[in-house]
Parts: sequence; C-alpha cells; structure tokens
Amino acid sequence: MDIQFLLNGETVRIAKVPATRTLLAWLRESRALTGTKEGCNEGDCGACTVMVSAFEDGQIRHRALNACILFLPQLDGKAVRTVEGLSGPEGQMHPVQAAMVEHHGSQCGFCTPGIVMSLAVAHRNGAQNFNDILAGNLCRCTGYAPIIRAAEAASQAPDASWLDTDIDKLAALTSSAARPPAEAQIFAPRSSQDLAGWFLENSDATLIGGATDVGLWVTKRLSSLGKVCFLGQVADMQGISVDENRVRIGAATTMNEVQDAIGKFHPDLAELLRRYGSVQVRNAATLGGNIGNGSPIGDGPPALIALGATLHLRRGTARREIPLEDFFIAYGKQDIEPGEFIEAVSVPRQTDALRCYKISKRFDQDISALCGCFNIHVNDGVVTTARIAFGGMAATPKRAATVESRLVGNAWNAATIEAALSAFDVDFSPIDDMRASAAYRLETARNLLLRYFAEQSEGRASTRILEVTP
Amino acid sequence: MSVSKPLPHDAACLHVTGAARYIDDLATPADTLHLAFGLSTIARGRIEAMDLDPVRAADGVLEVLTSLDLPADNDVSAAAHDEPLLSDGTIHYMGQPVFLVVATSHMAARKAARLARIDYSEQTPILSIDDALAAGQAFEPPLEFVKGDPEAAIACAAHVIEGQIEIGGQEHFYLEGHVALALPQEGGDMLIHSSSQHPSEIQHKVAGALGQPFNSVRVEVRRMGGGFGGKESQGNALAVATAIVAQQTGKPVKMRYDRDDDMIITGKRHEFRIDYIAGFSDEGRITGVSFTQYCRGGWAQDLTLAIADRAMLHADNAYHLENARITSHRLRTNTVSNTAYRGFGGPQGLLGIERVIDHIAHELGKDPKQVRDVNYYRPMSDAAKETTPYHMEVTDCVINEMVATLAKTADYTERRRAVAKWNAENKILKRGIALTPVKFGISFTLTFLNQAGALVHIYSDGSVHLNHGGTEMGQGLFTKVAQVAASAFGLPLTAIKITATDTAKVPNTSATAASSGSDLNGMAVKAACDQLRNRLIRFLKGEYAVKSQDIRFEDGQVRISGHETLSFAEVASRAYQNRVSLSATGFYATPDVAWDRLKGSGRPFYYFAYGAAVSEVVIDTLTGENRILRTDILHDVGRSLNPALDLGQVEGGFVQGTGWLTTEELVWDDKGRLLTHAPSTYKIPACSDRPAEFNVHLWDKGLNQEKTIYRSKAVGEPPFMLGTSVFMAISDAISACGDGRSYPALDAPATPERILFAIKAQQGREGA
Repeated sequence: MDIQFLLNGETVRIAKVPATRTLLAWLRESRALTGTKEGCNEGDCGACTVMVSAFEDGQIRHRALNACILFLPQLDGKAVRTVEGLSGPEGQMHPVQAAMVEHHGSQCGFCTPGIVMSLAVAHRNGAQNFNDILAGNLCRCTGYAPIIRAAEAASQAPDASWLDTDIDKLAALTSSAARPPAEAQIFAPRSSQDLAGWFLENSDATLIGGATDVGLWVTKRLSSLGKVCFLGQVADMQGISVDENRVRIGAATTMNEVQDAIGKFHPDLAELLRRYGSVQVRNAATLGGNIGNGSPIGDGPPALIALGATLHLRRGTARREIPLEDFFIAYGKQDIEPGEFIEAVSVPRQTDALRCYKISKRFDQDISALCGCFNIHVNDGVVTTARIAFGGMAATPKRAATVESRLVGNAWNAATIEAALSAFDVDFSPIDDMRASAAYRLETARNLLLRYFAEQSEGRASTRILEVTP
Repeated sequence: MSVSKPLPHDAACLHVTGAARYIDDLATPADTLHLAFGLSTIARGRIEAMDLDPVRAADGVLEVLTSLDLPADNDVSAAAHDEPLLSDGTIHYMGQPVFLVVATSHMAARKAARLARIDYSEQTPILSIDDALAAGQAFEPPLEFVKGDPEAAIACAAHVIEGQIEIGGQEHFYLEGHVALALPQEGGDMLIHSSSQHPSEIQHKVAGALGQPFNSVRVEVRRMGGGFGGKESQGNALAVATAIVAQQTGKPVKMRYDRDDDMIITGKRHEFRIDYIAGFSDEGRITGVSFTQYCRGGWAQDLTLAIADRAMLHADNAYHLENARITSHRLRTNTVSNTAYRGFGGPQGLLGIERVIDHIAHELGKDPKQVRDVNYYRPMSDAAKETTPYHMEVTDCVINEMVATLAKTADYTERRRAVAKWNAENKILKRGIALTPVKFGISFTLTFLNQAGALVHIYSDGSVHLNHGGTEMGQGLFTKVAQVAASAFGLPLTAIKITATDTAKVPNTSATAASSGSDLNGMAVKAACDQLRNRLIRFLKGEYAVKSQDIRFEDGQVRISGHETLSFAEVASRAYQNRVSLSATGFYATPDVAWDRLKGSGRPFYYFAYGAAVSEVVIDTLTGENRILRTDILHDVGRSLNPALDLGQVEGGFVQGTGWLTTEELVWDDKGRLLTHAPSTYKIPACSDRPAEFNVHLWDKGLNQEKTIYRSKAVGEPPFMLGTSVFMAISDAISACGDGRSYPALDAPATPERILFAIKAQQGREGA
C-alpha cells in the first residue's frame, strides 16, 4: 500500500508503507521531528499529540490524536501538523504557544508539545471546555493551573491563518490520491462491501478501527500483526442515522461522534462518553472496536445493553442481528464467526430513562472499576421494564437479570429497591484487581441502584459531585 | 535588577515550539546501538539456569551480557554497594535486570529481552511491612529520637488516643522516562548524556564500572523532562549499561526505558505505616506523643536511611512537642528499591502528626484548626524559643501569622459553618474542609552535601557564560540562577548564556535535590560573579581613578560617576586587552549546619520553609468518589527570586501532593508483581482534578532570616505537603457521614474504595 499525506504542509509519499509503523516512531526516527514526545507509548499521556485534518462529507475536520498509537496507513489522504509545524511563516508563535510562554504553562517542557497541540486543535475548532480538551494530556509539573490560564488567554486570539494552507493542499491531495488496490498484507477498503469480500478471504486479518487498542498490541505486547485491514475509510460504516424506530450507528463511527449524536437522545450516555478515554482517544476509537474487542470493562456495551441495542453482524453478504448482550459469551469469547465483522449497532427509540455511572479511581481518562447503566421505565408507579447492565462486574459486560426481575411488576418504591439489592450477589461475582476489590464493586453496584432511585424519585437529592460548586 | 522579577522559564520558547532537546531527541550517529534489560519474573530466589540463545538469535541483536561479562564493578547503588547492574544470580525483586540486550534498535532490544528462558528456584518473597518485621529484614537497627519523657506525659494526660495510618508510595511519573546516551571518546574516555539529577554520581558509577578514574568520564545534563527525586539515583543503571557497551564496542550506545519498564524497574516513594499514641489536654495541647514509623525500603538501601531520617525529622511538622519519642524501622523487602521523591520522607512523617491532630480534634469534638492553633511553635517574634524533638531551636517560625492570614482570606470559619449546614441538608453527598500547615527543614541532612560550585566566564564581547552544579528538571533553577548572574552584572537575562550541567566544568557536585538547587548554586554563582565584578571594578578604578562606589553595573551599562558610561561589552573588551582574568569559579558551603543522625541531635537544617492550605472537598457516600472544590494556599518562599516560577512550584507541588493522597495507588499482587505499571492503571491527577477554585499566593511578608541568596527560601519540596489539606478535608467529610462517634481512620491514598469503606464504618456505628 502506498500512501500520501501532508506533514506540516509538505506532501509526503510513502511507498509500501509498513502496516504498523507508528506515526510517533516515524516522526522521531525517520524524520528527525523530535518535538513530538513519547511519554507512555499507549495513548494515555498525550505527550505525542498531533493535529490531523481531513475532509469528511465535504467538511474540514481537525482532530487531536495520539501519534504513539496511530499507524502510518491511517494517515492516507490527511494532513498532519506537529508542534514543529505550528508556528507561522515568519516564525511567529501560534497564539497558544505565545500564551503558554506568557502564563508560565511549561516547567519541564516534556508534556508541553502535546498540550500545545491539544490546545491548538481546540483553538481551531473554537472549543473551550479545557478540562475535557486536556483530559488526555498529563502534566506532572504545573498542576495544570497555568496551562488553563494560558488556554483561556489564547482563546481570545484570532486563529493562526497560516494553518489554512493545509486545507487547499488537502483538497488537491484527496482528489488526486491514487486509490490503492486490495493487497495481501494491508487493506484499506472504502466500502463495507469491499471489506466483506476481502475479509471473507482473509479472515485471519486484524481489523483496525482507530487502533487505540490494537496499537498497544504493537507498542506494548510487541506483537507482529500479520494481515491488517484499516476501517477508517469505510464510508458506509461511519456515521449515525436516525429514523422513528431506532438510532443506527455505523461500527466505524468514532466515539466522539457517538457522544455528540447520542447525547440528543440520552444525555447521560453522552456524559459517560465524555469520560471515555480522552479527546485523542475518542477521536480515534470506534464503537465497533469498543464492542468487538470483547473487553469486560469497555464503557460502551453496558450503556448500549441497557438501551436494548441490537448488534448488526455481517459475513460476506450474510447479515444477522443479535441482542448486544448475546455477543459477549465469556472472557475473550464472542459470538462472531471467522470472516464476520460488526457492521453497526442500533438502539431503539425510547423515552429517556438511562442513567450511566462510571466509577473509576480518577474521574477523567480512566478505565472503569465498574460502570453501571440503568434504564428503568415506570408506569403508574409500577416498574414496567428494567434493563440494568454493568461493566467491570463479570468477565463480560453483563445484565443484572435477577435484580431486574425483582423490579419489574413491582411498585417503584424504597421497599422494592431494598428487596432488589440482595440480588446483586446472585447476578455478579466480581474479582479483585488493581482498580478495585470485589467487595467494593459489589457494594458500589448496589449503591448505584440507590443512586438511580434517588435520581428518579420525587424531590431529587443531589447525587452528582460534578454538579457541586465551591 | 533581574532578581525578583516573574520572568519566564529560560527554555519556555523552546518547550512550546518543540525545540527543547531531551536526550532521546539528540541526533545520534547511524551506528548507535540500543539496549534493553531482561527482567526477572520472580520476586525472590536464585537463577538456576539461563538460556539466552533465543535472545541472541532475535532480529537485530548483536550481543547479550550477563553479570559475568562486566569489566569491573557490578554496582549501580547510590551508597551501599548493594545494587548490581545485572543480577549476580540472586533475585531480589520482580523486574530486577538480569541480562542486557545490545541491538540495532530500541524495538529490537525490547522484543528480544522477552525471549529468555530462565529457571529459578523461587523463595517466598518478603513484600509487606509485616513480612519484613517478621523476617527481621532491615537496613539498620531501629533509630530513635527522644525528647522529654513521653511515656510519663502520656500516662498522666487528660486524654489519650492510639491509632495507626498506612501511607502508600508514589510513582514519580516524570513525563520523560529514564534515558542515557554514551559516546565513546578517544583514549578510553566516555561522554555520557544522562537524564539525571546527579551527574557526579553518574560519573562515579560509570568510572567504577569501567575501571577508570573519574577524570575519564564526563557527564552532561542539559535538562530533564521532570525528576521529582526519581532521577537522583535511578539513572545509574542506564548510564553504566550504555558506557560498558560503548567501551566494549567503541560505538555510541543509547538506552531508554519504555514507560512500563521504567515503572517496574525503578524505585518510588517509600510506603509507611505509622503507629501513634498521644496524650493531650482538654484544649487539645499535645503533652506527649510516641510515633513508630515503619518504612518499606525495598530490596536495596539506596537513600532509604536518609529518607527515614527525614520522616523522623518531620514528625513534629509545625507543632511543638514537649515530650516525644520517634522510632523508625527501615525495612528491607522484595520490591523495587524505593528512592528519593519530593519531600524525601518528610511528607510521610508530617502526615503522621497531622493524623494525630485530626484524631485529637475528633476525640474532643473540636474544629481541628483549634487543636492546631494551640500546638504551633511560638512565632519568631517570641523571645522564648522552643526545640524540635531532635533538639534544634526553632527560631524562624511564621506559621502562626500565616495561618491566621490564610484563615481570614479563605473565610475558613464561615465556610466551616456553611459546610456543616450543607451536610445537614444533603444525605448522599457530604462536604469537608480542612486547614493544614507545613514546616519543612531545608538542607541536606548529610551535612557535607551542602556545598556547590559554579563557573562563570565573561567573553571579550561582554557575553556571559554561566555554569553551575545544579540540574534543570523543569523547576526553573537555571532561570533563577541566571537571574542572580544577570543582577550581579546589571545585565538583562538574555545576556547570560545558560549551559548544560557538565562534570567537566564544575566537579564534585551534590545532587539537585532537597530543594537546595537555588540556595546552593545561586550562592556559588553569586560568589563567582562577585569576583568577576570586583576584578572589573578594580580595573576601572585604575583606569578612571574613582572609588568602588562610583562604579555601578545597571541596564547593561557600567556607569562611572563623573565619567563616561560604558557598555558592559566595552568594559569586557578593555578588561581583556588589559589582561584581566574574565573567568571565575564560585563556591558555597551552607554555614552553621551540623547533625549527628545516630544521636538525633544538632542542627540538620539551615532554616525552615512554611506554608498553609485550606481545602474543601465533596464526597459521594454511595461510591466514595470525590472532588476538590476549592483550595486556598499561602506559601512562604522568603523574598522570591522569581515569583512566577515559585508560584508554579507551589501550584504544581500541591497537585502532586493531592495525587499521592487520593488517586495514585500502587498495587502489588501476592507474588510481588507491580500491577499498576502504566498510566492506564496508575492515575496521576488529570487536568480536571486540580481544585475547581484554586487561590494560590506567596506570602508577601516572606523573608529568610538566614543569609540565603537574596533572602529567598527553597520551594521545591515544601508545597507538596500542602496536599495534606485535601486528605484531612476528606476525613472531615467522612466524619459527617455517621453519628460522629467513631474516628474515620482513613489510610492513604484515599481512593474511592477506601473512602466508601470508611463511610460504611461510620454509618455502621449509627444506633450501635
């Protein structure tokens, strides 16, 4: 596979691109662009953040991404800016850079290029929710306060107009880029049909959505992946469509888009996804990947299971639909055949009763110790339906079936809740690990039902610490 | 004058443009070799057989070294000669380097390092403090400081409490992992670039490993991407490994740890358990207290003795203890060898007495602030002086006035009432508030380390070259010291060329540690600059027949009363042409410090730095989740050399301190395997974890009574301990969850899990 992309405004062509060479390693080792740093090599610290721009549906989109778990083939037809490519043609600093100097936003300076890039992307996009924008950029020196002061100051400055040259060049690049044919080792299909056909013949290949998980197989597990298939350009598996019955989300849709789109219907799921990874991770990670990797601690599945989601699977031309919870059979085992892939997820339209509770040691950018999602509908004071699903409580994302059964058909009151609490022990036998003990998980799972009840009851008590102001 | 201005970090423009070079960014020759350690997979035992053929056969591997292949000393320890670079057959912890892979790339070395087949005879590892106590594993016998008669005082006290607090360790998580680059020179000499706070120790360990004198090894450090104590001794292994392979192959050699390796191999903050008994009056005045500190040192001694000492030296924090016994156990375990970390044991010792105060307040039903107020050392204005448990007079105490000022500006009393009212109205969420002080002793307790050197040149064009023994890890030391030099010559900061720390320019340096960087190096640079200025003055006096006081260096000019004003460059040029030496070394040794650690008596510290913080938190009683709502800080940096940089140290230190006590949890399994060895599992504070409202001020009355550099005070470590206010505020919130009868004896870190179970314990007492 040959690729071309813009690097700091210049066109780069790479013939026979290595499938799993990361952008970070390539920048530092092959291009001597050492401003982009390796802090963790797993997408958690943000020191390697770069700006990646691309046209999507005719719109230019600018995204912050972690270069350490971004493979070169994923950049085909896109524009990359590193910290070295942010200053103006006369060497003038980007407003974010200038503000970081003025407000003492750097100390050791090692996280700084990544911070600058995250803020520069936000600046281009006009975003100012800095706690979220920087959730994926760890700084050990400053305590973040001066960085926020810099970010706020820079947000008043006009955008760096010189970066717009990428947009013209990108348009030319995108339209002239030769479309690679299907190859044996690397494939980047443009349609689900191409994907389905190729994957049927190459079912040993690894499908790569955003590489936020697979990236670590390379950088941490040190695996060689063999055949790979990049899903980033499969147009008909991206995006969200809504009709009167359901919301359908393409499997290659990034979590940021899922967050934006689903927020209209289920604000608490959007809030959950706001805490899913970081901006950089959500810009890459896909919903299909979040489900397909079968992790028991992914945050998407419990919420979607609680909503009664359907998984759309495809193998060649054969398609089937299953309830999402049935996909997860056991740890590391899912209901999926060789050559089969996740094409989409659909969620039935419903009155919003979903509440999602992500519990982790750190609020932002942490993996859940447990994630409880509750979707309980009450009619005339009686529970009509209850769908409760948890991540982190079993070897798979799992429904609290016994708890649900103790609720359905009963009055929505404290006595019913109390009677249901003991059923958590029936439904779940969680484990001790580095994130929490089994005892904490069980205790908290029970308490989350109490929280849900408190939130859905008359005279709603204050239940969310994020809503408490100084 | 440059000093006292809030100037930006000297490398700020380089940082934000990505142009600041760290060692892994340096251009290296194409034939550079790369290294990785093969790590032990058990925590304790012997290597019975080792098959390294698969490693040797791996792609890109040139060579694999074991301890038998080393040319001279197999030791990378800081002091005790107990830390082999490569295992000599005995395994002391899981993750111990066993063999060294030499390969053509970093990735090739890492991949190959996992291919060894090693047979071990495994022994049960000694992991916990209790394990070590039971096995009698310690680095030295327990040490004890005694003042007065604590047992008698406790026996006749009106009230007595007993308790225990467990205090977790902390990973440094410098953003730049450990890295070293060795460039072989002619005649067997070696140039090392190391990400180290202690270039002289790197020099010594490399020389020892190569069997060469110190003068054959030159170590250069321009900057680190964070240190926090984690690069005081832990960089030795990489530097020594690269030097050995460079010597053997004649090629440049680089080694950097992948983040997971870094966290698995290198030492961390010491875990502690502190047992306490305290007797006190109705007012809460402590009449007698006894602490037993248990310190988990890990497998090798490293800096553990000095760290445990400093924990003892901070068992009083800002409180006068008339009768005190402080006993310290320095325990050896089969875990990473714990090392220096910002505060160096001080934070753990301090947390012990803060726990006691909090516990006393609960026992008496008082606001903890009231108990603190009756226990502080007398203010420096008071003629009568009090002594610490190690018999040093406290003559510079300003905590009383600082706390009073802070309580007022932070509206402590009113907010405490508001918190109580809010808690009465809210069932699920609870708030807590706490004010805690810091008093931190400044100086290396190993007295001879309190020295520094500098080298300053003025070139004939008037530009100045500055060098000293301190290292830059982000704290802004180079900027502060350059401000000292600029002030000496009346030059703008831009006229001073800041240069990399280099053992060939300033020898025999101490680590940049113990918050001492500006105190020591600032004075050494000032000494060098003063000499040069005096030479210029002497020269000008001869030229113009004026007196010294007629010559002033300011605004880049040299003004001579009654004569012309010269540019500094002209003066330099003319001095050169008149054969005046324009290069000087400077030296400084902290006066008046002397300390006998075994007797527990003397003056270990030149002075104390003070600070105080008020934090308010909210906790969720259903989950243990928590947030800091607001923090107000007042911190004493004496007369600031650079208020912007000092503020940065206070803000950053505080947040790092809160991380230690809340989200940062190191978890080992029962085999001794560290489970939290990456940022995915080990959680340092993220952006939103800083206080939602964060008011930080330097104390405007700050003035060091000792003759430090421009009367400033050290600032690196003391603010770290302001994070204690958050821990105590969480404790306060938990105590609002029950009937108030039981004390929430919270252990650190206060993770959601610990908080939830502490709340449960509180609620369990209801109606009991």
